[in-house]
Amino acid sequence: MMAVEAARWLHDGAVCFVGIGLPSLACNLARATHAPRCVLIYESGTIGAKPEHLPLSIGDGELAETADAVVSVPEIFSYWLQAGRVDVGFLGAAQIDRFGNLNSTVIGEYEHPRVRLPGGGGAPEIARSCRDVFVMLRQSRRAFVEQLDFRSSVGERVSLVVTDLGVLEPDPVSRELVLTHIHRGVSADDARAATGWELQVAPDLRETECPSREELVALRALKTASGDGDGR
Amino acid sequence: VAEIVSLGDAVEGLVRDGDVVALEGFTHLIPHAAGHEIVRRGRRDLALIRMTPDVVYDQLIGMGCARKLVFSWGGNPRRRLAAPPARRRRELLAATARARGTFPRWDGGGVRRRRGQPPVRRPARVRGDGARRTHFHGRSDHMSVHGEELAAVPAHRPDVGVIHAQQADRVGNVQLWGIPGVQKEVVLASQRSIATVEEIVDVLEPRPGGVVLPGWVVDAVAVAPGGSLVRARVLRAGQRLLRALGRGQPRPRPLHCVDAAACAGHCGRR
Repeated sequence: MMAVEAARWLHDGAVCFVGIGLPSLACNLARATHAPRCVLIYESGTIGAKPEHLPLSIGDGELAETADAVVSVPEIFSYWLQAGRVDVGFLGAAQIDRFGNLNSTVIGEYEHPRVRLPGGGGAPEIARSCRDVFVMLRQSRRAFVEQLDFRSSVGERVSLVVTDLGVLEPDPVSRELVLTHIHRGVSADDARAATGWELQVAPDLRETECPSREELVALRALKTASGDGDGR
Repeated sequence: VAEIVSLGDAVEGLVRDGDVVALEGFTHLIPHAAGHEIVRRGRRDLALIRMTPDVVYDQLIGMGCARKLVFSWGGNPRRRLAAPPARRRRELLAATARARGTFPRWDGGGVRRRRGQPPVRRPARVRGDGARRTHFHGRSDHMSVHGEELAAVPAHRPDVGVIHAQQADRVGNVQLWGIPGVQKEVVLASQRSIATVEEIVDVLEPRPGGVVLPGWVVDAVAVAPGGSLVRARVLRAGQRLLRALGRGQPRPRPLHCVDAAACAGHCGRR
């Protein structure tokens, strides 16, 4: 559901900076449905990748073979990402706060972490350089926190947060995330209960559409082509 | 100028205990054979740099070769953090948390010709806790340009850079293709460098998107067919060899901070 919903927010022709996992699934789903001209950039340096199956990692040979161009890592960050050539960057994280700031570094104190997370990878630069940042994260009090343990990436360009409960978008003035959509069967109270701060709910709260037949067929085709498709 | 030598000789001659070593390459060019040779030679106390530490780093850590890890994203796609070596890696991660975090992203940016040239600092448009609070432990500069805060980050200058490539010619010019990652950068940034190659050919034929490293920037070229394959049996052989050398069963080194002054005590060895 998260992948389907995120895919819908991509317009055809969008240049997307893609990570492995749900973002990769969402972008490839968009490409297979309403947005065939989406340009997929993976941070390994593959530009315009058109994978038939979901890549195992950003270094998957499938990406290089189907790409318009393959460049080095310094080039993808300096000439393409920082130069502002990317419309949408996808990020995940362990924690998010009400302004979309993200933590993918540590849980607990930095010098004495309770959990040392894998790290930001390219996220800090993606968060600063893409026109829009889409965050995909399951909603819970552990993840949606009042205070981050560590701010890995800044949230100023986060324009969409897709969760398993609904969709959050920043208020245009305060930049605080507001619940604007919920998935079918979820209530605003469910979302509030899964959020560590007092979640604002849009007055015109809408329900997301259930996945269509076309979306499900495309999703299953991608998953079938990729083994189980749950790469990360 | 590159010498074409055996992999054993290359590692023996160029990788020393305590070195800062970067083994770079994506997927089809991850220098596993060279990593295994480092294990076989029983190298110790290495500071390992890699954008995305892979199975080869799990193995190096598991075999007790590492004292520190510097990385950008520490996980293995699909495999997540693997079995015992990865547990040690997690311990190492905790101990070297300071080596990494939001920005110290090893993307090879800002490296330049080695030998005698000053390290190039790469301005990064990065904000967040990392740039300001934790990283580089006094080694970073901050400046404001056109109202935007920038962090100037010292470039990595490994003692040894190791890559795998498809081909070299007989005078040691190296060509690789596919996702190029930071392979060129790591060779140019390092004081010494080793390239393992699938084959030696008479003439390098230009490839679309191919990266050519002239032989005069590479120290050693070693033929290692299938040099990016993961080979458990090689590791087991290495283990036997280490035992034979009387070093005993390899164990993870006690984790200690490189910079004792900056250690907050989490390594347990003030």
